[in-house]
Amino acid sequence: MRDRKQLAKRIFTLYLPLVLILLFILFPFYWTFITSIKPEAELYGAATYWPRNITWDSYRKLFTTTLNFFSAMKNSFVVAASTTLVSLTASTLAAYAFSRYHFPGRKFMMSLFLSNNMFPTVLLLIPLYTLMRKMGLLYKPGALILSYTTFTLPFSVWLLNGFFNDLPMALEEAALVDGCNRRTAFFKIVLPILGPCLVATGVYIFMTSWNEYTFAVMFTNNATRTIPVALKSLIGQLGVQWDLLTAGGIITIIPVCIMFFFAQKRLVEGLTAGAVKG
Amino acid sequence: MIKKKSIYPYLLVSPALLIILCVVFIPVANAIGMSFQHYDLRRPGEIGFCGLENYIQALTDKLFWHSLFKTVLWVVFGVGFQFLFGFILALLLNKSFRGRGVVRAVSLIPWVTPGVLIGLMWRWMYDGNYGVLNDLLQKFHIISQNIPFLSQTSSAFISVIVTIVWQGIPFFALMILAGLQGIPAELYEAADIDGATGIQKLFRVTIPSIKNTIYITMLLRIIWVANSVDIIFNMTGGGPAYSSQTLSVYIFNKANSLDLGYASAMAILLALALCSVAVPYLISTFRKEE
Repeated sequence: MRDRKQLAKRIFTLYLPLVLILLFILFPFYWTFITSIKPEAELYGAATYWPRNITWDSYRKLFTTTLNFFSAMKNSFVVAASTTLVSLTASTLAAYAFSRYHFPGRKFMMSLFLSNNMFPTVLLLIPLYTLMRKMGLLYKPGALILSYTTFTLPFSVWLLNGFFNDLPMALEEAALVDGCNRRTAFFKIVLPILGPCLVATGVYIFMTSWNEYTFAVMFTNNATRTIPVALKSLIGQLGVQWDLLTAGGIITIIPVCIMFFFAQKRLVEGLTAGAVKG
Repeated sequence: MIKKKSIYPYLLVSPALLIILCVVFIPVANAIGMSFQHYDLRRPGEIGFCGLENYIQALTDKLFWHSLFKTVLWVVFGVGFQFLFGFILALLLNKSFRGRGVVRAVSLIPWVTPGVLIGLMWRWMYDGNYGVLNDLLQKFHIISQNIPFLSQTSSAFISVIVTIVWQGIPFFALMILAGLQGIPAELYEAADIDGATGIQKLFRVTIPSIKNTIYITMLLRIIWVANSVDIIFNMTGGGPAYSSQTLSVYIFNKANSLDLGYASAMAILLALALCSVAVPYLISTFRKEE
């Protein structure tokens, strides 16, 4: 009797609300996926919750027709990978300095990094557009790499600073005693230990650059456009090609989801550490 | 921490600093300059200094005030419900049950989904003819006729708010969950001994313990949501009849139509408004540093 009451309580305070929230969160993805594998006739008629005829046509069309989704994927990959490399290097160095050295101007510089997050993206968009045009970077991947590096930097520095602070100084001091200098201690001791944290930060940078739209739409043209811009272009004047769009959407999120699942534990730890310790 | 004077830290910080100076602070200075000019790329002949004209135009522009008001609603309801559902999800995920790790990872997916895609996915679900939402609501006999959610002024704004709420739940849940896990179990044991009920524990133990986490997450989210363009832009473009146009969308539309001077002036006004939110955040981060 008591067990049954316990179970009922658990269902109402845990399983039922959990299922409802998960349904709300996941249903859009389910719907996007089954839309992408329905034949066109089934798409525009009475809604079917379980596709009767499965077809992979829309995926084939994405890559074989003039849409050239593959080139958008390549552009996105080049931009995201380069941004990750540049931003991760710069933020690791900066975070190491902030965490290990006490120097005049340290606080001022840290606040400079943080305040970076406050500016409305649209405020930066306009002058950057004219700046990139003058520098001849407009419509080249470099414009996006530079911009994305900047807005991933503050957060990456913040994340890495937290990771460095958690690493005891004693470890490096021991290495110094054993004859390392500061640089070899950094490369031989600190970096290997923080490897997983660097990967997690890298995943954050990659994700952000892979997903960004507002800058991408202004700084690219047909040849250099990234996935989000390509997706948006499927909305034509004659309406939206929902089968292609949903297929493109599924392809877009698969790589970031895979990366995210591997990195999520560290990323979540780092992300929340700063906010929670305060 | 190393205190002796050395040039190393400056060398280490310089690459990051240089990039930020070039791509943020110089452009912001530029934008401030542009906001005092007629700077419409469609009328290149008229580019030139115009004093406060753009600002006066903004302050007398009905659409500016309308969009600002929409921004306030967008932030209050968007962030408000994100917090509410995120908090509930975090409380649920804080209990132990089988498969918790998987559920946590899966529930974060909206957070890694591109804003454009989110906008378009929901636009398809809201579709007036073939949208699944209309079908579901009819199956449950809530409505008898299809509703064109995004193309009528009475429902467009509410519909985009639902979408931003959906997108923001995971982030809140994540941060609050970490906060919850940091609460020492003794606090709850003490409350149990004192005979506290579940609700009392929630308001007297849980919420006060994670006050800081809630505060910082809220600030980050408010700034982020106020600045977000992609979801609204891809669902309604700000319409119909400007009913879903927030200030960032208005500025983005103006920038897209190349009236850069006026767009800059409005962007600076938006930045100033957000500063009033951001300054406490900066101060609180620094207190933590002490």
